[in-house]
Amino acid sequence: MSMEQQDKPVKTTEKKISRRTLLGGALATAILPVTSVFAKYIQVGVPAIPDPTKQPGPLPGKVGTRSPFESPVKKPSDISSRTPLQDLYSTITPSDLHFERHHAGVPSIDPNQYELLIHGMVERPMKFSLHDLKRFPSVTRTCFIECAGNFRTGKEDMTVQEILGLTSQSEWTGVMLSTLFRELGVNPKATWFLAEGGDAAVLTRSIPIRKAWDDAMIVYAQNGEAIRPEQGYPARLLLPGWEGNTNVKWLRRIEISDAPYFTREETSKYTYPVKDKIRMFSFEMDARSIITYPSFPQTIERGWIEIRGIAWSGRGKVVKVEVSTDAGKNWIEARLQGPVLEKAHTYFRHLWHWDGSETEILSRVTDETGYTQPTLKQLIDARGKDIGGYHMNPVTAWRIKRDGNVVFKPENHK
Amino acid sequence: MLKKLKLRRSHALIFGGITIIGVVIWLWLSYQNKQKWPETFGYGKTATQQDITKLDIDIRPDGKGLPSGSGNVAEGAVIYTNKCAACHGADGKEIKGVKLPGPPLVVGGGKTKTIGNYWPYATTLFDYVRRAMPYNAPGSLTDDEVYSLCAWLLNENKIIKANQIMNARTLSKVEMPAQKLFIVDDRKGGPEVK
Repeated sequence: MSMEQQDKPVKTTEKKISRRTLLGGALATAILPVTSVFAKYIQVGVPAIPDPTKQPGPLPGKVGTRSPFESPVKKPSDISSRTPLQDLYSTITPSDLHFERHHAGVPSIDPNQYELLIHGMVERPMKFSLHDLKRFPSVTRTCFIECAGNFRTGKEDMTVQEILGLTSQSEWTGVMLSTLFRELGVNPKATWFLAEGGDAAVLTRSIPIRKAWDDAMIVYAQNGEAIRPEQGYPARLLLPGWEGNTNVKWLRRIEISDAPYFTREETSKYTYPVKDKIRMFSFEMDARSIITYPSFPQTIERGWIEIRGIAWSGRGKVVKVEVSTDAGKNWIEARLQGPVLEKAHTYFRHLWHWDGSETEILSRVTDETGYTQPTLKQLIDARGKDIGGYHMNPVTAWRIKRDGNVVFKPENHK
Repeated sequence: MLKKLKLRRSHALIFGGITIIGVVIWLWLSYQNKQKWPETFGYGKTATQQDITKLDIDIRPDGKGLPSGSGNVAEGAVIYTNKCAACHGADGKEIKGVKLPGPPLVVGGGKTKTIGNYWPYATTLFDYVRRAMPYNAPGSLTDDEVYSLCAWLLNENKIIKANQIMNARTLSKVEMPAQKLFIVDDRKGGPEVK
């Protein structure tokens, strides 16, 4: 495995070609985003581009932009906005494409007014400014954040983004929560803490305190710059591997306690039926994977195809990803792109020769606890028919049609 | 002569070895010293009781955090009509084929999750309504108004009687039908699909 992980990066021509084909191939029909007074993007056609070797281009600027030929966008609904995972080539999500889920919109917070209050079962209740938080010894780590309700199915023409675009990955920087807790003198009898956001939902979640002593952080930076407002500016809680909702954004208060609070978000939401019971406090996101290429609406041609995708586990490292190109009859281990990080999207690749016949391609991941991504049937067998949409991580299959079209294989679960 | 030389050589080896070990220990200690954190960094300010009171609005199922004041079903009905019905519907029940901006709150005919069949604690109602409702003016309700809304919602869901007053003492004593259904996730990873 380690030898395979050291493989040189593979050229991405196939994908590029297919994307270009989608764009129509002709420069004349290229799409150029232009900023309007309302800061919305309008798409206008640009005339044919003159030979770039015959005239100098623009001079260096203050802020870079995407090529006008590339336009990956999130897919917003009233309550969330999804990452275009099928458009990404590796595991870091560009900050402006990180998925969004908020419960009362994005607040605007003045970093100079920002304060984080920590109180409850502590020797010294304290408040910290953003400046204070930034002075503490800092840590950087890469991990995914996935919404617990990241599961959609139902029709063939669904993209990766529509099926599970509520997962994204960033390199986060901030202070370990344990560093702050050490400063306050946390009562050893404390078992939980409440995290509260400063948005209009004043969202709250109860978190077992073991996570604070393990790897919880308060982060103020994402991919090297200040966190985006949609991601919790100026500071959010980061609980690596735990359901997105617990990673409270715009964090304004932490109360240390000896019992959970049973807030709305951990009782009436983010809980799900398991047979005749309702399961609550499911924190870890279970291992999951998906093939992002080829996927709907891409098309493929006969010959060699590098199957690509991402795999992750909230319980630790990805140990193995297997790919099947014959509808699940045979499974072959895919190559993992190293370094494989804990609780992080991990890129996998598998070279496949497509002979033009109809088939299904699938992937399944195994994490370091020995857990293998289940099928939808396995999940229903374990939890009952009334399964709901939270903590669903079934194997996802793509149908390859004879003409090279790729469609999602929707599975009914109701 | 030869013997002496051998002796000296072994001495040199011993002394050399001790010196190397000493240097290693010294380097290790000085590294440890550099990594040592102070007792406190001294950043941040002590929070006063006022700072805490201003923000501390959470309520636990045991009633910890519930404010003084009270409310009743009749007043709750008026407040609901004025401030909640626009999003949650006239009686808070699901209307077949209609998607309102707010979720249904009162148990109707179907299996839809509502307060009456899914919420495990009545205190959560107070906590949530006070902090986040109404959607267009969160945090605008008085404690009495919130108590009244809790009373109305609990009565509509047939959990309390129409004459029952809701306050810090009574609200935390309300037993919610769904509470017995909730179990804590006990999965720890491993091969089992659960």
